[in-house]
Amino acid sequence: MYHWDFGILWTYRTLLIAGLAYTLLFTMICVVLGLLIGLVTGVGRLSKHRFVSVPLRAYVEVFRCTPVLVQLVWFYYALPVLSGVQISAVTAATLCLSLYGGAFYSEIIRGGIISSDSGQIEAARALGMRGHQILRRIVLPQALKRMVPPLMSQSIMQLKNTSLLSVLAVPDLLYQGQVIAHETYRPLELYTFIAVAYFAVLLPVTMWAKRLEFSAPVSEA
Amino acid sequence: MATPLIEISGLRKSFGGHGVLNGISLQVMRGQVLALIGPSGSGKSTLLRCINLLTVPDAGRITVGDQTIDFDGRRTALPNDRRLARFRASTGMVFQHFNLFSHMTALQNVMEGPLTVLRTPKAQAAAEARALLDKVGLLERADFYPDKLSGGQKQRVAIARALAMRPGVMLFDEATSALDPELVDEVLRVIRGLAGEGMTMILVTHEIGFARDVADEVIFMRDGVVAESGPPSRVIDQPQNEATRAFLGRFNAGAGSRVA
Repeated sequence: MYHWDFGILWTYRTLLIAGLAYTLLFTMICVVLGLLIGLVTGVGRLSKHRFVSVPLRAYVEVFRCTPVLVQLVWFYYALPVLSGVQISAVTAATLCLSLYGGAFYSEIIRGGIISSDSGQIEAARALGMRGHQILRRIVLPQALKRMVPPLMSQSIMQLKNTSLLSVLAVPDLLYQGQVIAHETYRPLELYTFIAVAYFAVLLPVTMWAKRLEFSAPVSEA
Repeated sequence: MATPLIEISGLRKSFGGHGVLNGISLQVMRGQVLALIGPSGSGKSTLLRCINLLTVPDAGRITVGDQTIDFDGRRTALPNDRRLARFRASTGMVFQHFNLFSHMTALQNVMEGPLTVLRTPKAQAAAEARALLDKVGLLERADFYPDKLSGGQKQRVAIARALAMRPGVMLFDEATSALDPELVDEVLRVIRGLAGEGMTMILVTHEIGFARDVADEVIFMRDGVVAESGPPSRVIDQPQNEATRAFLGRFNAGAGSRVA
């Protein structure tokens, strides 16, 4: 019978808290950068100019169709060789996760915009509204409501994906847990704690996202 | 003779090689009501949409008030965004499917044009919007969102929204075609009221009886040309053209069966 000893967690509390803080900070950075990349890409893909839309489409497909773990490893090991620029694990991870998130965010944003009601856009044009006014006053307010739930769920994925950073020895929650587990031979306690910690952070977020989904219905006129 | 408020000459439009408008010319005087009737696909809706440039004609000339635009088939003929917007703002358009802004209340829908396009101060825009909602009989629905309104109510809000821009002419694109039969009258009543006030209007409609009552002139369109035009007493009651007779005959039969 295994003898559980969760006291070990208390001993290493500062490391674990630092790991959790790192995970949260990293998630925030990658979500913000990813949203910016996603917004630019999503709007850019609607461009009439093919030399804008085609490369952006290529970027999105490359990141959507390869596993993020493979991307992380590639960014850290292959990119420096190809570019000749040495980058730290943190830089490689930030770059990779932001671009990965941006590819998915851009699809959500693009979808939100193209699903706009063409009749309402026509009505706005008939009133004499100009293109940028229609985007700001009619299209985006409705599209944003539709986009919030999928953007939230993609951001939750982003937080979980930060656990992959441990393969590059970035000191996130999972990495710290692994280090402590090796030192103490207490992997069961540590991995249990790590799972519970992720769960405790994300459950309130998913519940909040669920509420947003119900409180922001987009009705058709 | 006064100059017409709207003058269209030699208007052509084709979609993918198929000629939808094949040289249309017409005039509408200030205060006049023109009804466009004809079978589906005759080009009447396309003609209406060309008048405020939601559809860009291939050739011809359109004058609305003091603004004239010539078309010669090149994209560059289209005026820039700013001028296009100014042109459209001088005409009010009412659509078959209402097209209300679904994230705005009835009041906000009516305020949107003046606020955004005319830069009317908010308090003034709200006061004017309330007056217009009152005019179409919907003041008590001012704070309702479109999904809480019936079809007839939505269309009346849409009319108020178009009127808020103080347009020189109102364009109605089958404004009652998407309505349940019992909701048609409340919308027709509002349009009739506007005619009584001397509003210049062009109506694309399948309500032949209504067109006969309200219109000063009726144009029967077929295959993208004006097949017959004149006062309703002539075009509707004593059509000369064979196609007009066939079309109205079908309408009369249809109306008869609906009453029965």
